[in-house]
Amino acid sequence: MNWESYKSIADTNLWSAILPEFVLVILALSLLLLDMFGGSKGRGLVGRVTMLGLLVLFVLSLTVLRDNLGYINQTTFSGMLLHSDFGQIMRLFFLASSLLTAYLGSVFLKKQGLPGTEFYAITLLVTASLMLLSQSNNFVLLFVALETVTIGFYVLVSYNRDRSNSLEAGLKYLIMGGFSTAILLMGIVLLYGIGSSPVLEGATAHSLNFSELRNFLELNSDNLIAKVGVLLVVAGVAFKIGSVPFQIWIPDVYQGAPTPVTAALAVSSKAGGFAVLIALVSGPFKPMADLLIPVLSVMAIVTILFGNIAALTQQNVKRLIGLSGVSHAGYLLMGVVAMFTVPSAQNAIVFYLITYLLASYAVFGVMAHVSKRGQDDAQNLGDYQDMLKESPFLAGVLVLGLASLAGIPPLAGFIGKLLLFYVAFEAELYTMLAVAIVGVVISIYYYFGWIKEATFRIWKLPLLEGEEPEEPREWPEVSRTARLTLGGLALLALLLGLYQGPLSSLIG
Amino acid sequence: MSNYSILLLSTILVPLLVAIVLLAAGRLPKGVTQFLATLGFFFPALGGLILWRGFQPVDATGYDYLTSLPTGLEGLGITLKLGLNGLSMPLFFMAGVVGLAAGIYAMQSRAERMQQYLMLLLFMQAGLMGVFASVDIFFFYFFHELALIPTFICIGVWGGRDRSSAAMEMTIYLTLGAMLSLIGLLAIYFQSGAESFDMISLKAAVANAPITGEWQNIIFGLLMFGFGILVSLFPFHSWAPRGYASAPTSVAMLHAGVLKKFGLYGFIQVAVPLVPAGAIHWQGLLAGLGLAGVIVIGLITIAQRDLKEMVGLSSVMHMGYCFLGVACVSVLGAAGVVITMVAHGLTVALLFLLGHVVYRRTDTYDMDDMGGLVKKTPALAAIFSAAVFASIGLPGPGMLNFFGEFTIFAALWEYSRLITAGAVLGVIISAIYGLRAIARIFFGPPSEALEKHLAENSVKDITTAEKIPTLILLVTMVVIGLFPRLMTDDMQRSLDANFQSIHSGIEQLAFEEEESEQELASISHPHRQ
Repeated sequence: MNWESYKSIADTNLWSAILPEFVLVILALSLLLLDMFGGSKGRGLVGRVTMLGLLVLFVLSLTVLRDNLGYINQTTFSGMLLHSDFGQIMRLFFLASSLLTAYLGSVFLKKQGLPGTEFYAITLLVTASLMLLSQSNNFVLLFVALETVTIGFYVLVSYNRDRSNSLEAGLKYLIMGGFSTAILLMGIVLLYGIGSSPVLEGATAHSLNFSELRNFLELNSDNLIAKVGVLLVVAGVAFKIGSVPFQIWIPDVYQGAPTPVTAALAVSSKAGGFAVLIALVSGPFKPMADLLIPVLSVMAIVTILFGNIAALTQQNVKRLIGLSGVSHAGYLLMGVVAMFTVPSAQNAIVFYLITYLLASYAVFGVMAHVSKRGQDDAQNLGDYQDMLKESPFLAGVLVLGLASLAGIPPLAGFIGKLLLFYVAFEAELYTMLAVAIVGVVISIYYYFGWIKEATFRIWKLPLLEGEEPEEPREWPEVSRTARLTLGGLALLALLLGLYQGPLSSLIG
Repeated sequence: MSNYSILLLSTILVPLLVAIVLLAAGRLPKGVTQFLATLGFFFPALGGLILWRGFQPVDATGYDYLTSLPTGLEGLGITLKLGLNGLSMPLFFMAGVVGLAAGIYAMQSRAERMQQYLMLLLFMQAGLMGVFASVDIFFFYFFHELALIPTFICIGVWGGRDRSSAAMEMTIYLTLGAMLSLIGLLAIYFQSGAESFDMISLKAAVANAPITGEWQNIIFGLLMFGFGILVSLFPFHSWAPRGYASAPTSVAMLHAGVLKKFGLYGFIQVAVPLVPAGAIHWQGLLAGLGLAGVIVIGLITIAQRDLKEMVGLSSVMHMGYCFLGVACVSVLGAAGVVITMVAHGLTVALLFLLGHVVYRRTDTYDMDDMGGLVKKTPALAAIFSAAVFASIGLPGPGMLNFFGEFTIFAALWEYSRLITAGAVLGVIISAIYGLRAIARIFFGPPSEALEKHLAENSVKDITTAEKIPTLILLVTMVVIGLFPRLMTDDMQRSLDANFQSIHSGIEQLAFEEEESEQELASISHPHRQ
């Protein structure tokens, strides 16, 4: 490379375009310093500093940085990043999700007596990588960002290192994650190789760049190696979103990981996968529609059915929510398939992800609160009995969260499903719609089964002579912050179902 | 927005707001709760009455009090558009009255955590009023679904035996029905090309360019099974008697009386006018299932010992008449369905209520363990008999039921005489189980169990407090029964408008098909005109 090209690269290195990510990384590093030099007082502040930082960044991104300082619809870092409206929304999404993860962490870690600093620092780094991931325009950056996320999660999943469950989950996630990384990398390499092969028409030296690759694939959509490469990349991403056949890790890892991490896996990691998939399907992989539509359709159908049927018999709520999350990935995949013919399906997917975030964190928040001090958190359905009577606030949040996940009006989850069904209908995906309906009906059984445990009155057999009455279960006091956060989430899930005005740019 | 439109909107908002206050306010004193709840239940009933008195549709759409509010879903052609036409007006009023009776009765019940119970009932009530006030088919659906979670929790917390599995069965069936209807409604929206979910625009669009024949068959099929499951169409009815038997009385009154009418109302207001050719395509099957509902469920009802389950099954059976009326695809049939819906809504709510009044005195729903109650409770026996006579459709208290069923039979006679003959048998069947229930509860010698119970407890006749909700329902039923023109004139105007577009739509469709056939065969022959 000559001097001129170095100069052109340097000219496109606009650090201000990635200001939020930059701030997050600095914040993460300063947390470590605070922990090191701040003494016990500083250590106590780490959680609050994290939440405050995330909150400020969220508010700024929503207001001042809404147009990313003017860098919208342009590429920076010599084509590595593409700043788009979609990227801006996903940045906000990940900031919100991490803020809630950090809040759950502050509740959960204290109860379990776990150190906090590393948790918060890694969460911040993962957030920054997720935000870069949703703006990536080049396979190199996509891979690096995705790997940073995954490596962060390797640590977080086994964070509770005194508990064998958590370690087991970490190991499983590591092995399955490594496997999927290998697949993804193989796909990228194949695409790189074939894309720069000079024998083929449209060959380019920059075949890792999304737009260059798209031009190439448009001319060579029948090439076998290109097809294999595309399929391998999709398979690598399918691991992140947890769709069949790469969902095998989900129940065990969700069960073993600490609750805030499970929440982050369920929401952030899944949304990250979908952000990549959306970028790929609307960009470089669009010419491969003939190959991808049938493949993704089959994946969506099997994922919906598998997730719902497997969740039916679960007694452990974390496994249940993990498997139900698989089915949500299936509904979302339906939207991805619709994107090939109806580009506005992208908005439906984003809206659905937002409703999924609200409802999931409401449910995970309740789970984090009912967990017992020093013990594994309340994971069995039976642990939720009598909740309505003993802790009506938490029960109310749980009911709204679960009903929103089930897609029952008037909650936001229903509008999300409606939008997905709408675009699926527009794209004429009738078979998938039929499967999705079956899936929704099946899901009623386990979501309402959980609501049933938490709300229904139960008959207890009268005590026999000499039988001691059971020790009444201790229900946690709900702090004011918790009321504000969880109540706010549940209320948002309700309001967004009644009035979608603020998000109307995502609708229609 | 006129004053009446504001009143229409507030019939939905007032119960909703009261419910939110009861939810958010923490534990309130009993008196405050009862006052607020009375307000929440009384307002829709009163609003319904005022709106009915002032009802004067002016333009050709047949709607009055039209108003629309933005929601954020405009991009999809959805607005919160409210209004009433000749078909929804009587049902809207009936929803208010049944809600009032159910609410008053709920306040008399000895339910634990009364505030939560009333809060959930008020959410249901808001949904019920919204269903019949919506002109937008999305909100029509949305308001119906609003009641799903409250129903589930009410059954589970305040219900009777078997409530856990009954609530689950009911919710799964209702979701299946709702999902099928949702897809059907989406299909109507896309195929009509109206770019709007508003019934008036949809009807106008369909009158101009009817949906293609193939799609009409698919859409009506989806809606037939979707709405059908929600109305307990045979053989998808098993949730209804079980659910009602285990639901608390007020929930059973609201659900069986009003909420279940959603599907039938959807048939008359949405499905038949918008996809008439589809309705004609499916009418044979629908009539067959309706008839099977009347006869088979009727016979099962005769065999019941449990009073509440008997009432639940009888409501499934009466829905069979309504399906027969829909299957006629005629003005007369549709009119009969609407009258029957109003009559049945009031009657079945009354029967559930009286069933529980009886239960309070006998401590059992098993009719084999009753008998001879007339000596202790003569007034209750008289009112109960009147309610049963109404349900059978005997002139007198059941004038309205009689009109409804008679109209359906008359319409059915034009469609198929054989089916009419079968359906008329249903009247005899309902007379058998109705009269036998009266006999087993109030007459004859008391059973041993009851005698024991009577010896241990003092049993009083129906109390004044219990009479209030009873009389609200009974008087409404008798008054509308004596002056059915209160509803039929407006109804006819709306139905005529609907069916005019239906006939033109079907003719146009037939004409287009004929034309395409002609093109295919390229044979020229004079137009059939």
